[in-house]
Amino acid sequence: MTKRLLSINDLSILLPTGADREYAVQDINLELNAGETVCVVGESGSGKSLTARAVMGLLPAPHVRIGKGEIIFDDEDLTKVTYERLRELRGSEISMIFQEPMTALNPVMTIGAQIDEVFRYHVSMSAKERVEKAVSLLVDVNLPDPAKIINAYPHELSGGQRQRSMIAMALALGPKILIADEPTTALDVTTQAQILELISDMQKRLDTGVLFITHDFGVVADIADRVIVMQHGKIVETGTTKQVLQKPKHPYTKSLIAAIPRLKPRKARSRAAKVVLEAEDICKSFGGGRSFFGFGKPSRDVKAVQNVQIELRRGETLGVVGESGSGKSTLARCIIRLIDSDAGQIKLGDVDITKLSRSELRPFRKRIQMVFQDPFASLNPRIKVGDIISQGPILQGEDKDEASKRAYELLDIVGLDRRSFDRFPHEFSGGQRQRIGIARALSLRPDILVADEPVSALDVSIQAQILELLDEIRAQMDLSMLFITHDLRVAAQVCDYVAVMQYGKIVETGPTAELFENPKDAYTKSLLAAVPGKDWHF
Amino acid sequence: MTKSTKIFKYVGKRLLQGIPIILAIVIINFFLLNLAEGDAVDVLAGEAGSATPEYMAQLRKKFGLDQPLPVQLMVYLKNVLSLDLGYSFRHDMPVNELIFDRFAATGLLMTSTIILAVGFGILLGLLAAMRLNTWKDAVITVFALITYATPLFWVGLMMIVVFSLNLGWFPTSGMTNIAAFYEGWDYVVDVARHLVLPTITLSLFYLALYTRMMRASMLEQYGQDYVVTARAKGLTERRITYVHVLRNALLPVVTMAGVQVGALIGGSVIVESVFAWPGLGMLAFESLFARDLNLLLGIFLLSSMLVVVVNLIVDIIYCFLDPRIEVN
Repeated sequence: MTKRLLSINDLSILLPTGADREYAVQDINLELNAGETVCVVGESGSGKSLTARAVMGLLPAPHVRIGKGEIIFDDEDLTKVTYERLRELRGSEISMIFQEPMTALNPVMTIGAQIDEVFRYHVSMSAKERVEKAVSLLVDVNLPDPAKIINAYPHELSGGQRQRSMIAMALALGPKILIADEPTTALDVTTQAQILELISDMQKRLDTGVLFITHDFGVVADIADRVIVMQHGKIVETGTTKQVLQKPKHPYTKSLIAAIPRLKPRKARSRAAKVVLEAEDICKSFGGGRSFFGFGKPSRDVKAVQNVQIELRRGETLGVVGESGSGKSTLARCIIRLIDSDAGQIKLGDVDITKLSRSELRPFRKRIQMVFQDPFASLNPRIKVGDIISQGPILQGEDKDEASKRAYELLDIVGLDRRSFDRFPHEFSGGQRQRIGIARALSLRPDILVADEPVSALDVSIQAQILELLDEIRAQMDLSMLFITHDLRVAAQVCDYVAVMQYGKIVETGPTAELFENPKDAYTKSLLAAVPGKDWHF
Repeated sequence: MTKSTKIFKYVGKRLLQGIPIILAIVIINFFLLNLAEGDAVDVLAGEAGSATPEYMAQLRKKFGLDQPLPVQLMVYLKNVLSLDLGYSFRHDMPVNELIFDRFAATGLLMTSTIILAVGFGILLGLLAAMRLNTWKDAVITVFALITYATPLFWVGLMMIVVFSLNLGWFPTSGMTNIAAFYEGWDYVVDVARHLVLPTITLSLFYLALYTRMMRASMLEQYGQDYVVTARAKGLTERRITYVHVLRNALLPVVTMAGVQVGALIGGSVIVESVFAWPGLGMLAFESLFARDLNLLLGIFLLSSMLVVVVNLIVDIIYCFLDPRIEVN
């Protein structure tokens, strides 16, 4: 029998008084064995991160604290040990990696110095030994040129490299338990696949027990031995991966799994003849570090978008898929002329809008509208929802009462209560805010909707609802949609056509079904291969 | 390119960029000062009490004040470019000599003020943040609030009343004891004793400001993700505070201190007047009332050069403190 590393018994974590519920986490039971991966799945606010932090004694003191229960690690109750003992265990016996490797590393210390600390505070080794060990760790996590990375600062590395460094740091002393709190959520899909592989490699080598916190069932399918599903601070279901994913018992688990977008592309629909938007040879580059007084050639020149060609027809959804930095958002911004492209044409019907002046452009603005990624940052917190929605039409010269009437109708359409009209954005949840964002975009009766990652900040069940809403609206209003996403599952569900972008260029384009079934470009293939949980049919 | 050659090139570039900025400042100041009614001749004539209009016209001609403004400006600019700041009619001395004489005194006062304000500000802020919500934090916060809200000149006057008149610890005014003719080490001690009250007075406000900033900055940094990482690595709280948090928390304070050096010169006018400190601030104050525009322009020129140089120094310090900032 494998060795029991950790057992959490009847653990409850108290929230500060005045919070919306008394317990962040209530009566949790959890076990972790050596060499095993246990995934804790849940949506935001389910208490999964706090559970992980409680094990490390890293709850945000003093307002969040353990109410009752025990966390047994190696016959020791971690809720009762002294601070000094806990400090000894952290980093040596139990380690943790975090979601955002940029902020989780100290920006003003080199990677080497940050790894070095782990040794200095846990074991006694000479400086030379410590450097050698650090280099060998960086080799273990497959970082190129470890001698250089040891002297690099976090901002000089890519997201994937930073997370590899974090993992090297966490595994420096061969801990028995690794707690991973959404370690791949901030990474691109191909990088995510590599990091997941790295974690499971290291786990096999060191026989580590991994407690993996995630919201992504695809990741669960790929790595978990056992799964724990949490909702509102309680465990609703637990079992082996196969049990939970294929025969979920609890209705919440069922709904979560049902909400995962299928990787199976939607059926192709017949294409309308009318082209509503045509972009030809769009180029955009960003320069930086100009010399004297801003004259002269910029010393850095980033070609964000290079000679991109797209065609959007009436009533169809065109997906632009790519990883971060591929230029997909820049392309979207060029198309609605939030920024000006350096070259190329953008034809809205017959008119090339790239040459229009600000005032000439104004009547065209209402024909093409945008839905943004972050529903928290993209709505002005000081303006009431009704005004957010009706502002556009009023600016375009519509009568004020008319615009308000339309705003009420739009609230109905996006499935919000009419009373939302007089409320402020902060009173709404993320999903509701995204609905407001959509209503705002629709208020001008656009022909084209540009949606830039509209669901990537949302929980999976909310995500499904928003995607459904977008699809309904598209059908109802005969909208054409340019849908920017990094998530191939989402693309498969909503897009008729897909264009794959890499390094500012479109490497492949075609009908979704065809492209998913028979990808031609090597990059498209690697993207598809990296989708988590692709071999599972949920 | 190595870091040092990069910095070398950067300094050259910034200094060159500073030239048009300083020229613009000179030109704007020139016109601004000439907007004011009256000139040096009016003041001289007024003090003499019996000047005839003919004599005044003659004086103006002698000083070149009868020329049209643009001509005066061109003459002035030409002189500035050949490093001649003109002649102070009031003090009967070349402006160059006058300013550099007084600059030493102001430089001394400013340096000691910055060291005191930044040094103690950081220290107190750090202490308050580490002892959050204890009596130490409360005392420091209240102290900062009170000094922040007290006017400079009043603090200066009270300092004189308490420490000079009543306790007799420090001299009331001036930079040296004129009657004593100290030399060598004695002279240094004498100047230092004179320096104490003006420095404290001038630095209190900034000290309070940096204390508050440092405290807020520390608290903000404590909430960052990398602190959680550091705890998860099993570091001691000591290490987390002094190595991880402190360095990151310093960044905004250093920025602010750099920006405020310019304001410090303005603040020194009041303090120098209160303590009769023979520095640039007092000189500027006097020359303004004497309509001694040459001298005033010279002081402004020197201050603007000072600000350009100090900002450059701060930027270079910053790029060593924060590796994310590259000199470019």
